[in-house]
Amino acid sequence: MRNDINEAHDAEEDIYSSGSDESKKRKVVVPGEVIVSGEDYLPGEGAKRLGENIISIRFGLAEELGRVIKVIPIFGAFVPRRNNVIIGRVTDITFYGWLLDIDSASSAFLPIEESPRFVNKNEMEQFLAIGDVVSAKIWSVKSKGIDLTLKGKGLGKLEGGFIFRVIPSRVPRVIGREGSMINLIKDKTGCQITVGQNGWIWIKGDNVDAEIKARKAIEFVTDKVHIEGLTDKVEKWFEENK
Amino acid sequence: MAKEKESSFKRSDGRKLNEMRPMIAKVGIIPNADGSAMFTFGNTIAIAAVYGPRKLHPQHMQNPQKAVLRCNYDLLSFSVSDRKKPGPSRRSQEISKVTEWALSPALDLNSFPNTVVDVQIYILQADAGTRTAGINAASLALAHAGIPMRDLICSVAVGKLDKNLVVDLTKEEEDFEEGEGATDFAMAKIANSDEFTLMQLDGKIQPEVINEVTKLATEACKQIYEVQKKALKDVVESNGGKK
Repeated sequence: MRNDINEAHDAEEDIYSSGSDESKKRKVVVPGEVIVSGEDYLPGEGAKRLGENIISIRFGLAEELGRVIKVIPIFGAFVPRRNNVIIGRVTDITFYGWLLDIDSASSAFLPIEESPRFVNKNEMEQFLAIGDVVSAKIWSVKSKGIDLTLKGKGLGKLEGGFIFRVIPSRVPRVIGREGSMINLIKDKTGCQITVGQNGWIWIKGDNVDAEIKARKAIEFVTDKVHIEGLTDKVEKWFEENK
Repeated sequence: MAKEKESSFKRSDGRKLNEMRPMIAKVGIIPNADGSAMFTFGNTIAIAAVYGPRKLHPQHMQNPQKAVLRCNYDLLSFSVSDRKKPGPSRRSQEISKVTEWALSPALDLNSFPNTVVDVQIYILQADAGTRTAGINAASLALAHAGIPMRDLICSVAVGKLDKNLVVDLTKEEEDFEEGEGATDFAMAKIANSDEFTLMQLDGKIQPEVINEVTKLATEACKQIYEVQKKALKDVVESNGGKK
């Protein structure tokens, strides 16, 4: 079995070296490794030009998008960006808003004005108490901290269900192209699922079995980082695990 | 004359002068860490765990321009034949600091201001070359943690036993006392470049042979780099990179 995988990998590299333009195959690269050489290419995220060559600066999967070479990290902590939808947990209530733990280097602040409806300053814990789980959008990222907002579709307090963590850099795979993967899992299990860019995933279903199945499906996706055509594989997985 | 010496000299474990001890590298050995790795040189075993980037306390240590790299190297008390008293010592503090300096030129920490990247290095079993094994493990763990870095760091010690240059000393060789005695020269290098990030000399060596020493180290680092590269790729191939 191991050999098969290695062979498949070698074949992938062959396509690369023969310079096929149409290949969108991904290749595992380590920092400092030459991904491609030649003046025709441009370094994207996670890559850098060094003389003739494009080298990787992350451990991840190298992808060729036209002339741009980009490296998607496989592991690593969450790096907040503006407009990311994240899931956080309330850790403190201040006079002006709520402090949230969003599993990043700095904690996030949700101002009282950014709640979707009027909240009385004396009764803030009735809207969000310490320990509540919220899905929110990152409004700004500054060196001093992160500001959040709850104004937007699908944002707000998450009641019931449970949350668990996946590696943040695998979240795009869980969501899939235009949400194809997550919609498939939602359809098959009938659960409500919210995926935060910080790797926290909230699941709520009609019964525990469906919830566990949804979690297993998501973990199935996050375990298979370097495999193409995952949506079909997940469909098959659901067939097998009825 | 040097040639003659080379052929007559025998290393105690029967290795060639430029032969390294068998190396093993493994990535993803600590599930709770953001990145982790193990690296061994023969009987020397080092493990490294990386946490972060995460918030740095106390606040006055924060750097508003980039993340701070903080290394902690230590021998575990059972790693040496005479029990090592646990806790930081003068030696371990020094090695923590030089490890930090050896690793930081390869890292790009500008995108994480006010944070810290913690690297914990522990030696499970010591048979000389612990700092070099520690640096190799730490470099793998940092890559595993997804920290942007321009290259991997490879580290090896070159020594001089009497008049012979040898690679990757064992404890027995470090205690060599015949002729000119033993020299231990620990070095770390950026894998795909000629830059050295660590050079620590313990003993005596003639300035003329330094060139020879760096050449030997470069050759050894190439082998280490292959082992490191394979370890990182295997973690994806073997279990999908599951933490």
